[in-house]
Amino acid sequence: MKAPDFAYARPASLDEALALLAAHGEDAVPLAGGQSLVTTLNLRLSAPSVLVDLNAVPGLSGVTQEGDVVRIGAMTRHRDVGVAEIVRARLPLLAAAMPHIAHPAIRNRGTIGGSMALADPATEWPACCLALAATIVLRGPREERRVAAEDFFQGLYATALAPGEIVVAVEVPVPAPDAVWGFDELARRRGDYALAGLAATARRRGPGLTAVRLAFFGLADRPVLARRAAAALEAGDLKGAQVALADELDPPEDPGTRPETRLHLARVILGRVAGRMLEGGRHGA
Amino acid sequence: MAPEAPQRERAIAFTLNGESVRCRAPARTHLGDLLRHEFGLTGVHLGCEHGVCGACTVLVDGRAMRACLMLAVQADGATVETVEGLTESGRIRDLQDAFHARNALQCGYCTPGMLVTAVELLSEAVAPSREEIRDAISGNYCRCTGYHAIVDAISTTAEARRSKEAAE
Ligand SMILES: Cc1cc2nc3c(=O)[nH]c(=O)nc-3n(C[C@H](O)[C@H](O)[C@H](O)COP(=O)(O)OP(=O)(O)OC[C@H]3O[C@@H](n4cnc5c(N)ncnc54)[C@H](O)[C@@H]3O)c2cc1C
Ligand code: FES
Ligand code: FES
Repeated sequence: MKAPDFAYARPASLDEALALLAAHGEDAVPLAGGQSLVTTLNLRLSAPSVLVDLNAVPGLSGVTQEGDVVRIGAMTRHRDVGVAEIVRARLPLLAAAMPHIAHPAIRNRGTIGGSMALADPATEWPACCLALAATIVLRGPREERRVAAEDFFQGLYATALAPGEIVVAVEVPVPAPDAVWGFDELARRRGDYALAGLAATARRRGPGLTAVRLAFFGLADRPVLARRAAAALEAGDLKGAQVALADELDPPEDPGTRPETRLHLARVILGRVAGRMLEGGRHGA
Repeated sequence: MAPEAPQRERAIAFTLNGESVRCRAPARTHLGDLLRHEFGLTGVHLGCEHGVCGACTVLVDGRAMRACLMLAVQADGATVETVEGLTESGRIRDLQDAFHARNALQCGYCTPGMLVTAVELLSEAVAPSREEIRDAISGNYCRCTGYHAIVDAISTTAEARRSKEAAE
């Protein structure tokens, strides 16, 4: 199908983009990679009257490290996040997750900021941000705010983003030297949205793990930090961790996969990811 | 300074298959429709218009992109290459021959997108495994061939390019 009629602006600065969003209110939306927004336009699932294209706004893309924080610009394409030197060296979890996002042509265009703003519960970046205790940096007409990933994702496609605000960056603390991580995802076909996914980080302590963060995706209306399962894992109780997931996850009803099946898959990938982290490996799937 | 007002149509200029072109584009028109209707490049196939089938894949600034998920006005200033341009330049002659030899197309609807996707893969990976090839074309649907022949064609092209390279 074809998109409905709308007007298009391509601001050359962040202030201009913010002014345009303010001037056109609810009817205006930012356009980042368009890999979700343009699909909804073509399918006529959304009909904003003004698109504010962020692609010509300078300073919104690229990966930099400042002290103990890696800053990823909102307009950095999925692929460029995953192949960035700093990411490969400091945040290998993101490098491992990237190839699971859609397909090459979509990864070339879609952006990490777009994924944050959209907050699709079955996607990789939001869960990785939870696992890595990232902060989402937002700019509004008056101020910049920083929101912890844990507070940012608030429900099905719902975030802390206020109308007129733009995601400008994701800031990720550099993991400690003894940090380990794990990632696994089950999907029907390569590049499909996850049936069940897990992004995890921890620190090694003796033969076990501490500071475990388990961020599941595709298993509720938002990415979920499974705290009780993490506590059980820290106590060395994988079985207990897998049992705890029944209360912590709320898999969606969908015609193709029963919630019980998704919960089972979540337990399977928890077993795999925990195993890899315990081996001390810094492995991904 | 007040930002420029949003427009329903814009004048754009870009490089298309090696030539500088200009035209006016309605904001709501996607790049795939612009290339087909304004420039007659009907090798840009439209299957789904929501990013799923890959038939519309073109190169924008050297990278594979969905023409149905880019607005035509966003091509302003970019370099766009379609299967027509890649064919004329001779750059994918070997790949096309391999598709032919291996029966990697039947109806041909998916073929332009497959070729463009393969161009990007082969520019990045000298010796892609069959797994890697499958991964690269995972976003390109073919309803005819069953994919094996397509993987064969891309794989033999990579191999042939390697031996040619080694011989030179
Ligand atoms: C076939 C297909 C398969 C896919 N599979 C996956 C997958 O497996 N995993 C996955 O993660 N994604 C997948 N995607 C989605 C893709 O990754 C999108 O790129 C991503 O969800 C949105 O990013 P975008 O930059 O394209 O945003 P856009 O589509 O441009 O925007 C999405 C929404 O976010 C808003 N927005 C965008 N950027 C900002 C910003 N900086 N500040 C404020 N608001 C903003 C827009 O207004 C819009 O409402 C798939 C897409 C397709 C077409
Ligand atoms: S027409 Fe663009 S992906 Fe199907
Ligand atoms: S050859 Fe017919 S769709 Fe691929």
